[in-house]
Amino acid sequence: MIPEIGHFALILGLALALVLTVVPAWGAWQRNVSAMSLAPGLAMGMLAMVFISFVCLCIAFLQDDFSVTVVASNSNSLLPPIYKFSAVWGNHEGSLLLWGLILCLWTAAVALFSSQLPLLVLSRVLSVMGAIAVGFLSFSLLTSNPFARLLPSVPADGNDLNPLLQDPGLIIHPPLLYMGYVGFSVAFAFAIAALLGGRLDASWARWSRPWTNVAWAFLTLGIMLGSWWAYYELGWGGWWFWDPVENASFMPWLAGTALLHSLAVTEKRGLFKSWTVLLAIFAFSLSLLGTFMVRSGVLTSVHAFATDPARGLFILVFLAIVVGGSLTLYALRAPAVSSRVSFSWLSRESLLLLNNVVFLVATLTVLFGTLFPLIMDALGQGKYSVGPPYFNAVFVPLMALMAPFMGIAPISRWKRDSGQRWKAELLVPGIAALACAVTLPLFGEQYNLWVALAVLLAAWVVFGMARDFWFRVSGRSGAGGSLKRLTPSYWGMVLGHLGFAACVVGVVATSQYSIEHDLKMSPGESETLAGYEFRFVEVAPVRGPNFVADEARFEVYREGRNIAKLAPQKRRYLAGGSVMTEAAIDPGLFRDLYIAMGEPIGEQGAWAVRLHYKPMVRWMWLGAIFMGLGGFITVMDKRYRSQPRRAAVPAKGAQYAR
Amino acid sequence: MHPVRKQRLYLVLFIVVFSSAAIGLVTYALRGNINLFFPPAEVAAGKAPVGQPIRVGGMVVDGSVQRSSDSLAVRFEITDFEATVPVIYEGILPDLFDEGQGAVASGELSEDGVLQATEVLAKHDENYMPPEVADALEKSGYDHKGVKQ
Repeated sequence: MIPEIGHFALILGLALALVLTVVPAWGAWQRNVSAMSLAPGLAMGMLAMVFISFVCLCIAFLQDDFSVTVVASNSNSLLPPIYKFSAVWGNHEGSLLLWGLILCLWTAAVALFSSQLPLLVLSRVLSVMGAIAVGFLSFSLLTSNPFARLLPSVPADGNDLNPLLQDPGLIIHPPLLYMGYVGFSVAFAFAIAALLGGRLDASWARWSRPWTNVAWAFLTLGIMLGSWWAYYELGWGGWWFWDPVENASFMPWLAGTALLHSLAVTEKRGLFKSWTVLLAIFAFSLSLLGTFMVRSGVLTSVHAFATDPARGLFILVFLAIVVGGSLTLYALRAPAVSSRVSFSWLSRESLLLLNNVVFLVATLTVLFGTLFPLIMDALGQGKYSVGPPYFNAVFVPLMALMAPFMGIAPISRWKRDSGQRWKAELLVPGIAALACAVTLPLFGEQYNLWVALAVLLAAWVVFGMARDFWFRVSGRSGAGGSLKRLTPSYWGMVLGHLGFAACVVGVVATSQYSIEHDLKMSPGESETLAGYEFRFVEVAPVRGPNFVADEARFEVYREGRNIAKLAPQKRRYLAGGSVMTEAAIDPGLFRDLYIAMGEPIGEQGAWAVRLHYKPMVRWMWLGAIFMGLGGFITVMDKRYRSQPRRAAVPAKGAQYAR
Repeated sequence: MHPVRKQRLYLVLFIVVFSSAAIGLVTYALRGNINLFFPPAEVAAGKAPVGQPIRVGGMVVDGSVQRSSDSLAVRFEITDFEATVPVIYEGILPDLFDEGQGAVASGELSEDGVLQATEVLAKHDENYMPPEVADALEKSGYDHKGVKQ
């Protein structure tokens, strides 16, 4: 009964989404206020229906209702309750429903938190969001109904959730990632609404900016969790594989990063308007493309749950409509919203433009590398794969190229600046960064030029910002400074850039200094790695709630002192019989020790063992957390809230409007 | 020149220089960093290049996995039931690697027709078959158990 209620609620949700698409848009066209004011209510109704539907699916999973196909193939009565819950989105149908739910959440959030928006704009934005919801809810209902029943032959027990997905990281990774992915639909809807209305000014950027920042922050955290999960769960100690599915989430992030920065220029200076709109369309299109690649089964990955040509075709058509439609609209309307404000070559605008170009080129190179195998396959040219060396070779130089300018950007002025001023301001930070680059790598195992370069770039970014910070706090910037004067936007920028610097150092130090050793070990043996002695004590059988495992017990000594006991496992899950490696990690800010078990070798109880020493690997996740926090903090800025509805229209935007 | 035009000129020049640098970088990076998939039948027919990175996929032949007793070296054979390719690998095999299961090995082919693998991929769960393997089997006309279709 409950699955049927869920199914019915989902259909009602789709119906409301259809109404939300049509009625407010018609109202905006005809200037019919009563039709337009229906939009927020419809958005809330849609959320309520899809939420009920999602709750019903959760109940089906928690109650082990194996008559529901998705539950039977992705859950098991032995599964711990928390994983039964996360199994809801550990499969194609459920994760699509989660996607729909999150889309409805964003739509409802826009309806709730936009008292400063003119009704005309609000109804257009919600109507576009409604259209996207129609696409996804009908995708869910037509091609991948989560409530389909297995009748009359109901299995006695389920197939179990893929053991790789039975992990705390997987409980929150997909929802966070989807919050980010889907969040770009808000920026997209604002862009489309602006194109429809033909009014694209600083106030538009001010409305759209907080949404973009939050979506970006969620996406950052989602990607970070995915990377962290891959690190400890896949059992080979890597943290980024340039796997197509990772790229699918990384491309919207790159485009979104460009969008954040270009929105800043549009809001502050009224420039780059058409460009910003294009980026908003681009970022959301990449989110959809990512969904297509992950959900259509064209890729080989843990994320590709099922192969079904109908699904792929549906998303492809949807993608074509969204991208084609929005680009057509852009072509028709964008010239009408272009700007005529000039800025000098040396100015903050130019630096932010450089950021945009770098991030866009990075997005395109990743896109090319990701699509290359698919295109070649489609053309019948053979099955290629593009490996990490390609991505590293194009991505790393691009980021390195950008970092020098990142150090200048915070102290730079809008409109016109001078190279002499930059030189005067940044001489001290430059020397300090150089000093760090020379000295800090001395603490590593041996002096490494790449690490020195990474430290140089990161320190340059940090010290440039510190200079600007001191400048503002000491009041020399002219405005009379104190800590209180710093806005949340500024703090967000500081955190985001600090996070980037931490990522750079973490990524390079880990890649350069990691020591990875695969070897055969028997109990009683020991192996020394980077000054850490790993003693293999014993192997013992252990039992978990739904698996049995061989547990290897290691003790780690440094200079004769026992610093850690690590117990990696080799698990065999009872329901599906699948085998999985559970790595053991001794984490630290400056180094991780990582042990994973391979397979038993020979008769004497020896095992293949993977020992890793990974310095500063946590810095990049910490950096990503900083970036995410930075994104969230910017939203607390007063200027996004305190504008009443009427004041928002003529206020700041007027002077930059056409 | 009008300042706005001049600015635009600089912008266009910058974008042209920058994107050609990026394209150069991409083509450079693509060379040698992409590898092509070959079913065992094509490797046996001599269609696969020697000494270049390639991938070979199929089913792991039952009883073909031989492990060294004192190192992590392992030798096995991959088949699409028309031909088999011997593979040598040193390292830890993925959890789901097993005899009679699908696997993809990437590495370089040596003169004697042995694939020196640097990476071995198995499937992600027991119901899943790597698409390349499924495709290779479809070409050879056998199902995953080696029964002629």
